[in-house]
Amino acid sequence: MTDARPERVLEWDGPLAPPRKNGELVFDALWESRVFGMTMTLYERGAFAWDEFRERLIAAIADWERAHAPDDPSYRYWQCWLGAFEALLADKGICAPAAVAARVTELAARPAGHDHRPPGH
Amino acid sequence: MSHDHDHDDHDHDDDPIARRNALRAEALESLLVERGIVQSDVIDGIVARFEQDIGPLNGAKLVARAWVDPAFRARFLADPWAAAEELGLATGPGHTPIVVLESSSSVHHVVVCTLCSCYPSALLGLPPTWYKSPPYRSRVVREPRVVLREMGLDLPPEVEVRVWDSSAEVRYMVLPARPAGTDGWSEERLASVVTRDTLIGVARPEATGD
Repeated sequence: MTDARPERVLEWDGPLAPPRKNGELVFDALWESRVFGMTMTLYERGAFAWDEFRERLIAAIADWERAHAPDDPSYRYWQCWLGAFEALLADKGICAPAAVAARVTELAARPAGHDHRPPGH
Repeated sequence: MSHDHDHDDHDHDDDPIARRNALRAEALESLLVERGIVQSDVIDGIVARFEQDIGPLNGAKLVARAWVDPAFRARFLADPWAAAEELGLATGPGHTPIVVLESSSSVHHVVVCTLCSCYPSALLGLPPTWYKSPPYRSRVVREPRVVLREMGLDLPPEVEVRVWDSSAEVRYMVLPARPAGTDGWSEERLASVVTRDTLIGVARPEATGD
């Protein structure tokens, strides 16, 4: 049995490490923590092997680096993570990109002021 | 350093990329929840666990060094910022003075900021949500034992509890007692049991087997 505790698989140094401040994870927006939480929940439930996610995260970061200058301040670690997670869900047959795109369109069409989460989130 | 501000959780409506990312994340969560693959409260729990468990490294390093090095412990108690600088953790001039409170088997210190949420972030990281909540701020002063028990720390009656109220002029951090069963541990391993809650005084470090 491999140890499926998410704490064991996160990398704390190098390009794959999530941003931290004084040791703690730093989320600049709510969606970042939701994507992180979804990934870790599915991992903990054995929906994928960590390396399957890791290789997609590496690819997402590499894609970004190819398309941008090294010091481009618009770099968003969690956006790379989100892309990697979407790719993983698609490849594992958990959630197809078309379904996600359709739901995004649906959510984006809500009237202004309705795209926030219910209280408690 | 002035008051430490809350993290702003608003999605960046003025930033189309951020807004798009937020929508993608929300779309994924709603689809996965609908299909019964994840539950929102489970996600809440896992995020909270990471936010709590991945601790304030600077404060933990100082405590671990103080546990293994009595001379450093004395310097840390006398001048915490100088001690932080000694470990390469500092952080430049202009810090609010900080007082280190040494907890023992007979005295237990706990920190609060009754007026707002003053907190030594440079050493302790971001304050936990409950630290800023009105119930914690008011109740821990009136009934510290009850609040601590609710948070999972049941102190024996013979332990004296002292509550310290932070302010803009002075901040506090707790130097918890080194837990039994940690003889021969490396500083790094010791630091791993020093969680944020132990530095505020709402928990005691425990020797967790690893």
